[in-house]
Amino acid sequence: MAEEKRKMVKVYISGELFEVPEGSTIVTAMEYAGFQLKRGVGCREGYCGACATVYREKGDYKLKGGLACQTVVTDGMALTQIPFVPAEKPTYDLDKLSPDVSTFMELFPSVFRCVACNTCTKACPQDIQVMDYVQALIRGDIAKAADLSFDCIRCGLCALRCPAEIVQYNNATLARRLYGKYLSRKSPELEKRLKEISEGKFDQEMDKLKKMGRKELSETYYKREIKIS
Amino acid sequence: MNLPYYPGCTLKANASHFEDSAIKAMEILGHQLVEMKDWVCCGTVFSQTDDDLMLHLASIRNLLRAKEQGFDELVTLCSMCYNTLNRSKAFIDSDPDNLKKVTDFMYRENIEYDQDIQVYHLFNILKDRIKYETIEKLVHNPLKSLRLGAYYGCLLVRPKEFAIDDFEEPTIIEDFLRILGAEAIDYPYKLECCGAYQTLTQKDVSVKRCYEILNSAKKANCDAIVTSCPLCAYNLDFLQKEIEKEYVGFVNIPVFYFTELLALALGHTWEASWSELHAVDPLPLLKDKQLI
Ligand code: SF4
Ligand code: SF4
Repeated sequence: MAEEKRKMVKVYISGELFEVPEGSTIVTAMEYAGFQLKRGVGCREGYCGACATVYREKGDYKLKGGLACQTVVTDGMALTQIPFVPAEKPTYDLDKLSPDVSTFMELFPSVFRCVACNTCTKACPQDIQVMDYVQALIRGDIAKAADLSFDCIRCGLCALRCPAEIVQYNNATLARRLYGKYLSRKSPELEKRLKEISEGKFDQEMDKLKKMGRKELSETYYKREIKIS
Repeated sequence: MNLPYYPGCTLKANASHFEDSAIKAMEILGHQLVEMKDWVCCGTVFSQTDDDLMLHLASIRNLLRAKEQGFDELVTLCSMCYNTLNRSKAFIDSDPDNLKKVTDFMYRENIEYDQDIQVYHLFNILKDRIKYETIEKLVHNPLKSLRLGAYYGCLLVRPKEFAIDDFEEPTIIEDFLRILGAEAIDYPYKLECCGAYQTLTQKDVSVKRCYEILNSAKKANCDAIVTSCPLCAYNLDFLQKEIEKEYVGFVNIPVFYFTELLALALGHTWEASWSELHAVDPLPLLKDKQLI
């Protein structure tokens, strides 16, 4: 029996029209159209944040942000990739910082420019309440900012859309670092495990993993036992 | 009674003693300040530009979210939040086009802004709802022999539509200080601007303004100044270091938030953490007057 013909949809990639199979993600659609992706693609699993893309769908005025590996194309979609976002990124020594608002006043004074427009939240492909974590930082609630921003993959879309030119995700990264170092409950298990690692308890096992081929490594990974106590 | 409460950013940082003393004083009066969830900065300064709606979104979003949480009123402690929330509300509410634009823009919120919410300053709640007479009966530690200068600044009385009292001759703070047992002193500069944000860009302007205000209060024999604005409190209190350098012979004068004095008069112990956030140590004065 002849294979059923795949239905195609029209998409505009950086302004150029292509026909791609329905149901493709933006990444697969671009590759189908002949693009060889060197930037703007990474894990292909929605974790790394490398494939930020902006798009509009037919008949909708909204400019949306998404991850190219997770967003399925629709007929008439116009899109372009944002492989890199220039961002304000101060250097700091975590040991010398305090987990409060003064740190942000010094390192990221621009965060206080937020006008609470919520554009960042609208842009975030991870459905993070970006404005709310920015606002938490403004009032010095580092723990809340760390919690709200936990799923951030640093794709940069929020920063691109922000009218106040804030780099939300670098603020959030600092918040989580401060939370981890100064505010979270200390874990005795972590201390124990770090000691075991430095004493070489897992060296042999690591060597074994390093020598495995891709297939064997993948099988081992999916067969692994997860202990949750 | 539960009072829906909007803190604003400064009360979570440099002015945490303002919030702490307010919550504790209100508890003694039998009322809980219930902090609304998911509030955002009020926008800090009411924007005078009438074509940049973005600068009013923060205030409207707070009102919308308070409504979503089932509140039809909000109480503020900070004069600036009180002023900004009310003025942005009036600005947006008064123009159907602006209202529509703002509503459309905030499509990610769970409900639409319906204008049906009031913003009060705690002073109005104390005076009109709880009543000064009632508070007076609960004063266990009267602030006797304390000579206090009420400082209104700009934001509690201007513009007049949002004044918490008569905008030219307010007495709401003086009346409050009297029921706490203190002597309320009138002085000419109580409505003058402290220099506000000039402190960031042209500090000398704020230093001069604050010197004039403090000096005016001191000439009238005030022992301390009382305010409800974190920015005024910052300027009047923390700039005294600069004033000392500029004006030889200037002697420091403590600056209180009205809620610290309310809590103290109601019998709450003065807390060390409150003193830590003052630039001019208020303890010698309070000890001298045997209030602690
Ligand atoms: S918070 Fe910003 S950087 Fe992080 S995932 Fe969302 S849009 Fe991307
Ligand atoms: S886009 Fe920028 S200004 Fe708007 S809410 Fe987000 S951080 Fe604030």
